[in-house]
Amino acid sequence: MSIAAPDTPKFQMSVIGPILALVILIVMGALMNPNFLSPENISNVLSRSAFIGIIAVGMTFVITAGGLDLSVGSMAAFIAGLMILVMNSALPVMGVGIPIVLLGMAVALLAGILGGLLNGLLITRLGIEAFIVTLGSMGIYRSLVTWLADGGTLSLDFTLRTFYQPVYYGGVFGITWPIIVFVVVIVLGEILMRSTAFGRHCAAIGSNDQVARYSSVRVAQVRLLTYVMLGLLVGVATIMYVPRLGSASSATGLLWELEAIAAVIVGGTVLKGGFGRVWGTVIGVLILTLIGNILNLTDLVSPYLNGAIQGAIIILAVVLQRGRKPGQ
Amino acid sequence: MGHAVTTPAPAPVLALSRVIKSFGPIEVLHGADIALHSGRVHALIGENGAGKSTMMKILTGYQPPSSGQVLLQGQSVMFADMGQAEAQGISLIHQEFNLAEQLTVEQNIFLGSELRRGWLLDKAAMRAKSRALLARLRCDVDPDRIISTLSNSDKQMVEIAKALLRDTRVLIMDEPTAVLTRTETAVLLDQVRALRDAGTAVLFTSHKLDEVVAIADDLTIMRDGSVVWSGPARDMTEHQMAEAMVGREISTLYPPKTGGRGAVALEVKGFSVPGYAQEIRFTLHKGEVLGIAGLIGSGRTETFEALAGLRDGHGDVRINGNAVTIRHPWEALAQGFAYLTEDRKTRGLLLNKGLRDNLTLQALHKFSNWTLDARAEQAALDHAVSEFDIRGSRDVNVGSLSGGNQQKLLFAKTMLSDPEILVIDEPTRGIDIGTKQQMYEFIRKLAAEGRAIVVISSEMQEVIGLSDRVLVMRQGRIAGELVGAEATEDAIVRLAMGVGQSAPLEGTV
Repeated sequence: MSIAAPDTPKFQMSVIGPILALVILIVMGALMNPNFLSPENISNVLSRSAFIGIIAVGMTFVITAGGLDLSVGSMAAFIAGLMILVMNSALPVMGVGIPIVLLGMAVALLAGILGGLLNGLLITRLGIEAFIVTLGSMGIYRSLVTWLADGGTLSLDFTLRTFYQPVYYGGVFGITWPIIVFVVVIVLGEILMRSTAFGRHCAAIGSNDQVARYSSVRVAQVRLLTYVMLGLLVGVATIMYVPRLGSASSATGLLWELEAIAAVIVGGTVLKGGFGRVWGTVIGVLILTLIGNILNLTDLVSPYLNGAIQGAIIILAVVLQRGRKPGQ
Repeated sequence: MGHAVTTPAPAPVLALSRVIKSFGPIEVLHGADIALHSGRVHALIGENGAGKSTMMKILTGYQPPSSGQVLLQGQSVMFADMGQAEAQGISLIHQEFNLAEQLTVEQNIFLGSELRRGWLLDKAAMRAKSRALLARLRCDVDPDRIISTLSNSDKQMVEIAKALLRDTRVLIMDEPTAVLTRTETAVLLDQVRALRDAGTAVLFTSHKLDEVVAIADDLTIMRDGSVVWSGPARDMTEHQMAEAMVGREISTLYPPKTGGRGAVALEVKGFSVPGYAQEIRFTLHKGEVLGIAGLIGSGRTETFEALAGLRDGHGDVRINGNAVTIRHPWEALAQGFAYLTEDRKTRGLLLNKGLRDNLTLQALHKFSNWTLDARAEQAALDHAVSEFDIRGSRDVNVGSLSGGNQQKLLFAKTMLSDPEILVIDEPTRGIDIGTKQQMYEFIRKLAAEGRAIVVISSEMQEVIGLSDRVLVMRQGRIAGELVGAEATEDAIVRLAMGVGQSAPLEGTV
């Protein structure tokens, strides 16, 4: 019989909080600038959210299972650089057309999976801290892309870029491809997290990996899969990103890892693992993107303060999270 | 109690008088009295949920009483918080250690009340005082040792030393022996006696009634929020205590051994666990309960964890006659072999998750067909709650269930995967006697269903009462096998200690 802290009523702020913040931002935006709710701006916000958003969905699983991946931003840059190099060098052979784009996409997905596998194997097989492994690979990928670009910028061949561009700018029924892909990733991610054994196992491992092990959960395999899945999603995000600018440099994907982690945390996933929600992450991404968008559309605060406001929001989100579990 | 006292007894140092405690509309303590005297050990016993914790919380200022009085040397006091009670020399030692694992013994003893000389720490003075305190407890631990390297009993000593530093007049211990081995318990009880002789009033709770008999001067028994018996401990036998706690007659704690022995389910030969066990050889039949006895550190847990794929081990293992290699827990499960851990709080259950998520974790594949079948999971929970008599709200996190209910849930969780061979490590650690009896019945029922059961336990009575056969382990080897009536405490101790004749554990119970 232990003396436990008295039970407190369940604090629902963690559920309502992010939604409330998003609603407030939307109302603020709409009041400040009439163009805010225009279809063009909405499409713009969602398309911009898509890159970080797709990665953040994967990050939600990694963090829920008690891990972390700092390498996603530089991995995206490296994959973008690799993709451009492969497509440019295949151009004389394959010519402009769908096959070469598919080749590029395949390279991106494969590189993403391999990158995730490498992180995951180092973490699960060698038992190195996720923070250390991905801090290391973050530096490696960033350096590799700088080296591939020889310190400058890798550019996709002009004709190829024009051909590939619709993947970012085009779409169906006025909805751009990045948004469509983002929505598909969200729906799949939400189902995976909420109602599959994999999602439940991620939460169990993040909650207490010893309990998971004693419960016959394949802890290493599940952990590895979260990193592979995240790598794959980094590949997907890069496929959407490359046609936007058609180039990659050492500045590509800078700080994406932090934005993705921030979105996950703002959305209510617990940083030390054990509990995660994909829909929350999506709201987190939208909140962070909207802050930048609103600052750009209004003159109230300098857009240079974007980072400061985002930072404040992240800290506030964690304070609210803590309210859910007092004394932990 | 109730007799006129001819010589006026000294006033109790700390007492509760007609204390009522309510949480909202629910009254959990119905006018309870208790009196702690200097130089006496007072045992407080009762089933989980009887109100012992609430009583201790009120005594230590953790919670105020709804009505009634807390009397400190006869004066009514109101503690606003634990700090005020501590300032009055009342210390509580929690069941779970409250120590910083990576700090030294000395740093822990002085944590929060470090001695200073000017701006700097006075390390020499702290060292000297630590040594003096530990010497007073007859504990020869070096103050420079890191807490995480200590045994449980030494950790308990550090907790007590910490309390003594604060000039404790009243020491309240919540199940101090729950995590201790038999030998460690003996050491602790000796030290409690030393404290008592030095004039400290000690209150302690335990589910182990033999300890109560061994150490308590005074006894208070609680049931359902009321004190049902109070008086000198020597007036009660263990059996009377148990009946007073449960409120009914306990004819037999252990169910009859009806097991018919079936075919061989598990056969182990030449099995070794590096660093823990060698040359392990035994057979386990369907329908039998095989008890594993031995001191802690004799390799019992490690042997069966290795068989379950939870640690490295090798040897010849046959399940139902087929040679198997089990390197991972899921491979064991696929062979119908399940191991139920002794450590339910850190290895058995996800304390910050609900009942359903915990129940189905091990057998989640049964509820998964691409997506999880939430309705089937709910039905499984309904079934487990009724079959295993799990009480309490279903909407809480498992961490806030009582120990007994946690153990039942862990049991239900393991049984959901329907193992043919079940190893239960310490089936009744830290749970009350009523729940123990239920656990024993579950175990017997499973054996009667034709499952092969192994029970590892440090409580000899339990091993003897429950098992058809007993294997005794010593220093990583099987020291001997005792069948039926051969299994006596005396015989087990002899094998476990490796001595030729009966050697009673000095100072134990």
